[in-house]
Amino acid sequence: MEKGGKELKVSAIKNGTVLDHIPASQLFKVISILGLKDCANQVTFGMNLESRRLGKKAIIKVADRYFEETEINKVALVAPDAKINIIKDFEVIEKKVIRVPDEISGIVKCANPKCITNHQPITTKFTTTYENGELKLHCRYCEKNTSSDNMKIISEN
Amino acid sequence: MPKSLISIHDFTKEEMLHVLDVAQEFEKNKVQPILRDKVIATLFFEPSTRTRLSFETAANRLGARVIGFSDAGNTSVSKGETLKDTIKMVSNYVDLIVMRHPLEGAARYASEVASVPVINAGDGANQHPSQTMLDLFTIRQTQGTLNNLKINMVGDLKYGRTVHSLLQAMSHFNPDFTFTAPDELKMPQEYKDFLNAKGIPYTETRDLEGSLNDCDILYMTRVQQERFTDPMEYEKVKNTYNLTASMLGGAKDNMKILHPLPRITEIAQDVDDTKHAYYFKQAENGVYARMAIISYLLGYK
Repeated sequence: MEKGGKELKVSAIKNGTVLDHIPASQLFKVISILGLKDCANQVTFGMNLESRRLGKKAIIKVADRYFEETEINKVALVAPDAKINIIKDFEVIEKKVIRVPDEISGIVKCANPKCITNHQPITTKFTTTYENGELKLHCRYCEKNTSSDNMKIISEN
Repeated sequence: MPKSLISIHDFTKEEMLHVLDVAQEFEKNKVQPILRDKVIATLFFEPSTRTRLSFETAANRLGARVIGFSDAGNTSVSKGETLKDTIKMVSNYVDLIVMRHPLEGAARYASEVASVPVINAGDGANQHPSQTMLDLFTIRQTQGTLNNLKINMVGDLKYGRTVHSLLQAMSHFNPDFTFTAPDELKMPQEYKDFLNAKGIPYTETRDLEGSLNDCDILYMTRVQQERFTDPMEYEKVKNTYNLTASMLGGAKDNMKILHPLPRITEIAQDVDDTKHAYYFKQAENGVYARMAIISYLLGYK
């Protein structure tokens, strides 16, 4: 929330969704996960904003759009601590906590170069697991794990 | 979706034991042409003599007819046909597909596209479940049980898919493992984590002679050149182990040596004549295990 005399680096929206506390380095991954490249709505974003918690953070504001839970949860893959604020009439009416879905279809490329999904037109499918607290995507096909460091987002077209 | 066998996890413990019982029945009575009106495809996108001949023998012994290819070079795959289209097309011709493919996950994908059962005969370094079934069959045949055995796995434990699948399958039967490998080819951490989570004991060593005498099964593997991206790495480790008859003096009476074959230098020829050698019988068992898998998936056993 940015009000009460605090200067807004990214201008406020009247209605829509604000994604805050995105690590600056993950901004463009979040944009491609949500397919904002082809979004007709007004989208504003800021990168490398000061943040006490993250050092450098990013923020995205999408006017007049509210995401489905399954859609917004995918953001947790690259920005697990992102905060989702639902805005109506310039007020935050709801804050959403996101969590990584148990199954992921598409979005992420399998990190195994010998996986069939990297050689044929096949939608990737993963189940999410945690190994020593670290998120891993287990490929349905090659049965190998993709760790968050190796995660490459498949951009829509 | 019809039932397929892609990964050893696709079978429950009960299903494994059932298929082993069926295999035993086929060993006793080899001629059971119960699939006389069936056609089975063997699609080998990557060559493999032993596995293909074993599957084709199994199908023939069951009375089925076999179509297929042993090399993707002369097929429409070389014209750029997708795997999906090849599988869809073949699905319309046959009752069951056996396939080997160099890429990992190819068989799982094929099973999603196919309208008939698919048996994975190897997908890259990933899974080869019929090998695991014949290994289980052989272990039970030599020891009379699968329970409470000491199993020493030797050689390439890093890339060897047969040892990984066997380890997972044996985890149902309270085993005690020894992993004998050079540092470069040690059992990967994920499999050790798997055993730790199940409370299954294992020890790791580099010394083959010191780990021979207290095991029931000595599972030897070849260091597979084709899995190495770095030829220098391969040269360093290819001749690490060389089992000879003279090393077997202190082995337990019931100890049997298994090997998925082909072997090169890791087992000397003179071992073949000892009472411990069992790898040729193991290869023969592949036919019974595959007969059992095929007839189980088609609902005949």
